[in-house]
Amino acid sequence: MSELRHITRREFLKRTGQASGGLVLALSFTTACGPAGPGPAAKGAASVTPNVYVNVRNDGMVEIYCHRSEMGQGIRTCLPQIIADEMEANWDRIELIQALGDKKYGDQNTDGSTSIRNQFDLLRNAGATAREMLIAAAAAEWGVPAGECRARQHAVHHEASGNSAGFGELVDTAAKLEAPTDAPFKSRDDYRYIGKSMDTVDGFAFTTGQAIYGIDTVLPDMLHASIERCPAFGGTVVSVDDTAAKAVAGVVDVIRLPDPTSPLLFNLLGGIAVLADNTWAAQKGRAALKIDWDRGANGEHDSSQYREELLKSVTSSGTIVLTRGDVAAAFESADSVHEAIYYAPYLSQAPMEPPAAIAHMTPDGGCEVWASTQNPQAAQDTVASTLGLEKDQVKVHVTLLGGGFGRKSKPDFIAEAAWLARETGRPVKVTWTREDDIRQGYFHSVSTQYLKAGLNADGAATGWLHRTCFPSIGSTFDAGATGPGGFELDLGFLDNPYDIPNMQLETADAKAHLRIGWLRSVCNVFHAFAVCGFVDELAHVAGKDPKEHLLELLGEARHVDPGVDDAKYTNYGHPLDKHPIDTGRYAAVVDKVADMANWGRSLPNGHGLGIAVHRSFLSVVGAVAEVSVAENGKLDVHNIWIAIDAGTTINPDRVTSQMEGAAIFGMSIALHGEITAKEGGVVQGNFDTYPVVRMSEAPDAIHVHVMESTALPGGVGEPGVPPIAPAIVNAYFAATGTRVRELPLRNAGLT
Amino acid sequence: MALEFTLNGEPISLDVDPDMPLLWAIRDLAGLTGTKYGCGKALCGACNVHLDGQVMRSCVVPVSAAAGREVTTIEGLSSDGNHPVQVVWRELNVAQCGYCQPGQIMSAVALLERNPKPSDDDIDAAMSGNICRCGTYTRIREAIHKAAEDRS
Repeated sequence: MSELRHITRREFLKRTGQASGGLVLALSFTTACGPAGPGPAAKGAASVTPNVYVNVRNDGMVEIYCHRSEMGQGIRTCLPQIIADEMEANWDRIELIQALGDKKYGDQNTDGSTSIRNQFDLLRNAGATAREMLIAAAAAEWGVPAGECRARQHAVHHEASGNSAGFGELVDTAAKLEAPTDAPFKSRDDYRYIGKSMDTVDGFAFTTGQAIYGIDTVLPDMLHASIERCPAFGGTVVSVDDTAAKAVAGVVDVIRLPDPTSPLLFNLLGGIAVLADNTWAAQKGRAALKIDWDRGANGEHDSSQYREELLKSVTSSGTIVLTRGDVAAAFESADSVHEAIYYAPYLSQAPMEPPAAIAHMTPDGGCEVWASTQNPQAAQDTVASTLGLEKDQVKVHVTLLGGGFGRKSKPDFIAEAAWLARETGRPVKVTWTREDDIRQGYFHSVSTQYLKAGLNADGAATGWLHRTCFPSIGSTFDAGATGPGGFELDLGFLDNPYDIPNMQLETADAKAHLRIGWLRSVCNVFHAFAVCGFVDELAHVAGKDPKEHLLELLGEARHVDPGVDDAKYTNYGHPLDKHPIDTGRYAAVVDKVADMANWGRSLPNGHGLGIAVHRSFLSVVGAVAEVSVAENGKLDVHNIWIAIDAGTTINPDRVTSQMEGAAIFGMSIALHGEITAKEGGVVQGNFDTYPVVRMSEAPDAIHVHVMESTALPGGVGEPGVPPIAPAIVNAYFAATGTRVRELPLRNAGLT
Repeated sequence: MALEFTLNGEPISLDVDPDMPLLWAIRDLAGLTGTKYGCGKALCGACNVHLDGQVMRSCVVPVSAAAGREVTTIEGLSSDGNHPVQVVWRELNVAQCGYCQPGQIMSAVALLERNPKPSDDDIDAAMSGNICRCGTYTRIREAIHKAAEDRS
């Protein structure tokens, strides 16, 4: 149902004299309700729909529905690779269709690096079911046993009789059959696409300006909205003077949104919307608003003062969440004891496309939206609750996402568009400015980490205490949340892999004052920063080579179960026997990445190598950074080496590109990323005050190795990020002898 | 007021506030959405277009500055999407989310036109105004080198 946009796009092409280009796959970024299903049998079926992900048309084209959001991780390439491979479809006979938000697809929340690790079997089954239906249809037509037929190259063949039929020819018969429930998977040796570096299906659109993101969607007669929201979260409008705003040419209306309610959830943040004929007029009108705010309960929040609160909390005794042995006794009997506090600030995801959505009310009283969303079903829920509709009255089209990094799994901006569309009776596009994005997002938590280790005379760790303190994501959903909890503790904290006989893990309270959300790899960012940094510190205290020390601390290859030490650990939703915390896999990536970096070689003056390893989202990533520090304090990252064990991978080039991107994303965290708050509002606003890594700072090379593995797939989008900052900090220590325990490095006087 | 310029080789006349940034005139009035908004302050390069062949950040250039001149956007870079830089971008699968890539490509094309054999340092200097949050920088560098080689 994206007819309107297609008309618009044809107009664009006509206006610019463009041909539509030689796309074979992904001809258009269509979204649709799902396969129409077979037509009346008497006329012959137009198509057969073995399941919600696949529709085979009688012209032989295979429609594949991508129910996950594309935000740069390559799912629109990898998902059809899996389905097409299992069903033996040919790559050039596929039409990729972006699925609407609909619970019939199962989980669509493109978050937590889950698309492949949680849905590999589901997608293989979708392909296998289609293949077996077509085989059964051929067998029925030829009167031979299905077991004698096989599908290959978009057709079914029967060797003994020499019969062969293309998929399209089998549609009519297949449409009369039930979909099998026990379709077998292909053997790994027979894969044609899985494990191959297929080109990105949207490559042509990406390079020609034809790719349509949430910010690009156009509806006839639409209004453009820009919204001024309270600088402090939960604050409200006291009074507004919109006279000057309304006088701006092109401004059509000024509307006050409903005040926010607690907890904030994904709901409206309130504020004043300026609606205009074009984006510029809306922004200009908004700048002319005069608003008095009541900043509300968070109006006093000051991050430098809050830092002191977090430091106090993390150095007081906390709530114990894992106990192994007796850590107090271990410290008492230790030859030496080493302590450290790590601090990492709030961060903003800052995707290049800021949040943007368009909505209109449909004649039947429903609401239809197009948005760059990671989570279309949550968008349905939020729009429905905002407008008082039923979920199935809300139709959500997922556009391409200009980056997501966790920001776009929160559909607050979509609710804004929907609410304004109902108020105005016209289609409304809400486009967040960069300042809106950086000031009013869902922030990655600021955190403090306290670590203490006892070492014996050989420099081996005998006791380990780690206390983590940060405002919880839970606070966004429960205003009473007082600190870390639930799944946050799984993320690089409870899953500590080190072979230390006495261990105690604790949480410390921290009340939230900004909207807290998740950012690429979430709590793994600061947990890995602290743990991998502290492990490196212990190597130097013990006078050991950091890589050898790391292997020593990992110990014998074994499976770690935090539950044995009374921790409530959920392993990213998977049983430990299927996805173990396997220290052997950690050691293998450490060895591999150290080899790649030629660890131990002599380095130029002022250079240092640092190493870190971390498991997250069921994959293990090792990283080595090579940095140099000039006398004037200029820090250069020359090389980053990464080895990833993600189990079975679908598209090694997309895994590699995710690691390259994670290296840059991790560098931005290490060098630059910092959000601060004053009077409840975020101080930073754009890429001048919230800098991210640019080309001039990018390493000379990012070297990536994807480990060969037949293990079950792990995540890929996020696991590359956590080890980067500690690898850089450890390399900085190797280069200078100075230990940095606080991010970003630019605060340590490095430029 | 009516303002006239050439957009991707075609004359265009817009009734527009002369202060409107060229970016929004191209996107909202001319209807070409390949040129992207990223920051609004000439900080990220997502909005890069060519104005008489020079790279410009269309988010801070008023549309009045384009009067009587030639504006080229990503849509007008080639008639079939096969400008050598576009081709090499696809060969190396540079893009991840793709959002910043029109701006990156416009910068790269302008660089190669004035410097057919850029060094790494030349590339870093020319491309550092373009932010890619997905982190495709090392592939962009490689793609620019390859485009230079392919052309020689």
